[in-house]
Amino acid sequence: MSTIRYTKDHEYISVDGDVAIVGITDYAQAQLGDVVFVELPTMGKSFKKGEQAAVVESVKAASEVYAPVSGEVVEINSELEGAPALVNEDSVGKGWFVKLRITDQGELGALMDEAAYADYLKTLD
Amino acid sequence: MRYLPLTPDDRADMLARIGAENIDALFAAVPADKLLQAPPDLPRHKSEMEVERMLSRMAARNVSAGSVPFFVGAGAYKHHVPASVDHLIQRSEFLTSYTPYQPEISQGTLQMLFEFQTQVANLTGMEVANASMYDGSTGCGEAALMAHRITRRRKAVLSGGLHPHYADVVRSLSQMTGDNVVSMPADARANEDLLSQIDDSVSCVIVQSPDVFGNLRDLKPIADACHAKGALLIAVFTEVVSLGLIEPPGAMGADIVVGEGQSIGNGLIFGGPYVGLFATKQKYLRQMPGRIAGETVDAEGKRGWVLTLSTREQHIRREKATSNICTNSGLCALAFSIHMTLLGETGLRRLARLNHANAVKLADALTAAGVEVVNDTFFNEFTVRVKGDATALVERMAAQGVLGGVPASRLSPNAGVDDLLIIASTEVNTDEDRAALVAALKQ
Amino acid sequence: MLNNQGRPTQPVEAVAPHVRKTFTGHRALAMEEGLIFEIGRAEVTGVDVDDAGEFTPRLGKLERTTPIDLPGLSEPEAMRHYVRLSQKNYAIDLGLYPLGSCTMKHNPRLNERMARLPGFGDIHPLQPVSTVQGALELIDTLADWLTEMTGASAVAMSPKAGAHGEACGMMAIKAALEARGEGAQRRVVLVPESAHGTNPATAALIGYDVRPIPARDDGTVSVEAAQAALGPEVAALMLTNPNTCGLFEPEVVAIAQAVHAAGAYFYCDGANFNAIVGKVRPMDLGVDAMHINLHKTFSTPHGGGGPGAGPVVLSAALAPFAPVPFIRKDADKFAFVEHAEGTQSFGRMTAFHGQMGMFVRAMSYMLSHGGDGIRQASEDAVLNANYIRVCLSDVMSAPFGDKPCMHEALFDDRWLKGTGVTTLDFAKAMIDEGYHPMTMYFPLVVHGAMLIEPTESESKASLDLFIMALRDLAFSVQKGETERFSGAPYYSPRRRLDETRAARTPVLRWTKRKPIPAANQIAAE
Repeated sequence: MSTIRYTKDHEYISVDGDVAIVGITDYAQAQLGDVVFVELPTMGKSFKKGEQAAVVESVKAASEVYAPVSGEVVEINSELEGAPALVNEDSVGKGWFVKLRITDQGELGALMDEAAYADYLKTLD
Repeated sequence: MRYLPLTPDDRADMLARIGAENIDALFAAVPADKLLQAPPDLPRHKSEMEVERMLSRMAARNVSAGSVPFFVGAGAYKHHVPASVDHLIQRSEFLTSYTPYQPEISQGTLQMLFEFQTQVANLTGMEVANASMYDGSTGCGEAALMAHRITRRRKAVLSGGLHPHYADVVRSLSQMTGDNVVSMPADARANEDLLSQIDDSVSCVIVQSPDVFGNLRDLKPIADACHAKGALLIAVFTEVVSLGLIEPPGAMGADIVVGEGQSIGNGLIFGGPYVGLFATKQKYLRQMPGRIAGETVDAEGKRGWVLTLSTREQHIRREKATSNICTNSGLCALAFSIHMTLLGETGLRRLARLNHANAVKLADALTAAGVEVVNDTFFNEFTVRVKGDATALVERMAAQGVLGGVPASRLSPNAGVDDLLIIASTEVNTDEDRAALVAALKQ
Repeated sequence: MLNNQGRPTQPVEAVAPHVRKTFTGHRALAMEEGLIFEIGRAEVTGVDVDDAGEFTPRLGKLERTTPIDLPGLSEPEAMRHYVRLSQKNYAIDLGLYPLGSCTMKHNPRLNERMARLPGFGDIHPLQPVSTVQGALELIDTLADWLTEMTGASAVAMSPKAGAHGEACGMMAIKAALEARGEGAQRRVVLVPESAHGTNPATAALIGYDVRPIPARDDGTVSVEAAQAALGPEVAALMLTNPNTCGLFEPEVVAIAQAVHAAGAYFYCDGANFNAIVGKVRPMDLGVDAMHINLHKTFSTPHGGGGPGAGPVVLSAALAPFAPVPFIRKDADKFAFVEHAEGTQSFGRMTAFHGQMGMFVRAMSYMLSHGGDGIRQASEDAVLNANYIRVCLSDVMSAPFGDKPCMHEALFDDRWLKGTGVTTLDFAKAMIDEGYHPMTMYFPLVVHGAMLIEPTESESKASLDLFIMALRDLAFSVQKGETERFSGAPYYSPRRRLDETRAARTPVLRWTKRKPIPAANQIAAE
């Protein structure tokens, strides 16, 4: 059973044990428009919370994606290379970016849950 | 003033409409003590005839390449450019348009760039090319930075046959960024041992062929050695016509190919504007600097072109861009592409063969006259060893109305190459030109 | 219907119902044209080259063994191909080209003729210096004019374009700091948020950390903001003046003083110098280095994206560090310093001496205008921009109220809110009216920005028609005629292009594959 947490930069992290799936939220993909390229990190790379983990590019913008928590990359979504549109079509499903092995479960506490993120989105615009 | 359509009455009406008392009311944000009260201390405006007279006088003080037996090369070459090329690039719609940011009304420039990119990729034997760089030398500097980004190493090894100005551009930039550069000494016989320089710390090896002394270099063993250590081979050329006759760098394993395209479509113009050609492998596409045109469709499904992959560029990525480049060399790329289209495969191969034949004839004539030709191999340029100082010799020949080459010491002072003269011979040289040079050199 | 990413989101009717399809795909003077790879043949050539005859090659083992795959066209075919392509481009010579910050002014043809004089166009950069004295005289004269107009001590002529000039200026600053022994300490370059993207890209290129400084709502920088960011680690501040919003920086003198007091240098991006040349000398404001886009201010043609030229004027403090080559004036002749050894020069920017072809054109422009005409041109450029600003202020929204602008008028998209029309749609509808769109979505600090730069080349009648056309479009927006915008352009050689497709599946060269059929092929099938 996984739990999903969110950051203010619109990354989501879906946690299952000590491994978590990271991607960008539906709100983020809608803001970006058509995603044309995702630059993913290499396998085995470690990040501290808040470090740049990936770059997502739309036709006219490039945005950095930050690690929601510290961890090591154990898998990347190589399907995005040939099909970046997956980020637009299914950002929390097939459009995920990386799987991280979490090094500090405590960091999850600082992130928003579903309800808090929904409230946060209402404050934008 | 013939370029300014507004009349004094127009100006008065417009100021009244704006509600400004006078023109300086619109410059109110400028500190009053900094606003000039009168025009700058420069001559007043002149008629077209006067300007033409003044500039023609300056131009007449120069010896133009077409007026003398001419053998100067070393990075820029005198070739015949068809009349239609110059006519076409002066069409208003090419000359007075901007970068094709609005693709619906820029399809002419965009399609031309797509054709240019394909021509460059095919010529160099590479997979992708960009829409041009400022010139070969700046492209060379950008290629080194690109290799550093790909390999995450910061050390470039420069062949001693690399044009010394190109090497200077790479060194000046590296000095700023704190990157390492290893420069091999000037080497007219191409005997340098580059392979022993390649280790795990090297990002790229930059080799020119034909090199600055005219020697052809086999890039294959260097490419293999680079790849064995995770480094990249950057192949450079300054004479693009050579690609009509010699094996392309892509076929010998180069990772990035960068060169000067001036020879095709573009005049000498005292060094610029020229056009840098830049090509690489598909897998390095996203690290390639410069603009790129790509194919797509419009809302009605018709084929068309746009500038693409612009997220690599400065206007979006700012300090994280692949390069700070904004402008490319669009009109020179157009001249290149038109001339190359006129030549086609058949014409380019014939032109390259004629250039080589003319250089061979000249080398044979010089050898027969007792002048030492240093090179074993060459395309349309080679190096001779002269008695005494080549610079003084070149000045003496110029006084006799022969522009006979480039002293190697002008490019590399204090490198022990004072007696070497670099001589280029293209399709423009006649038998009389060659005879004049041989006679001048024999003296 | 297209979204703001340029991607079709629902099918568009292929052609307007009243337009008949033609057999060829052409529409009278609007010709479809295939690629050279589709119409050319490898065995055809448009250049007669003499046969080389018999000789023994000296190519070693490096003779080409593979075909190049280059199509050829005969001269009549080539003429037609490129003339047809040219007719798909907008151009200054066709109409008003109000592309803000790009300065699309008239390109005098005298300048083209002068650049083609054999004494300029047909001389080699490495000929003996004794045979190019007139060329050096021209470069030296141009440098004199540039220093007089800017108040500078020296000018580095070799940079190939604006961004290259920026790099040159910043490299001179870095060299000067190193000469002072402060190279390692000063690692940061300050760049306002409103700056053009080249500024941070240039600073990063030569190894500096970029620190953004906040701009006020109108993109200008306050001396307090500059002061707060300055410190012993700062190498330079880069400021565009007039700035990217088309405003003169009101506190520029105080900012320059603060920068100097902190031991840093003041780099000015001279992209908008055309608004003030002949009216203000940038060095009088405290600038240490500034590049000049000859292709903007001095009208060398943009050529569909270059070549440009970016000479850099330098203060006395930076002049010794200028790149080679530079000209030395001896008693009766000009000499060239081509190597940095023995000087304080930071090195070399490019193989040869810079964009000579552009120098001749710029010199021809300057001589034609003279000091008086150059000043008048700046005044007219500013007058034209303000005229447009005032004449549109009741139908479009200006972000800074009634404040006068310099050479370009800036509008935002507040007036479009709730209409269903975006800045992009509005711009594309201008195409149908025969205008090139203005610069849009730049500067980034203004929402939905529309930056209009008419230049001094427009007559009052031309401005009035442009203003009326934009007013008509604005009324259309108010009346809810959204289809005039959402599907625009309707009448250009191509409708909106799918940029998403181009970026997701890049096709960057022609290959032997089944191509997307050209329109004439569709018709023929």
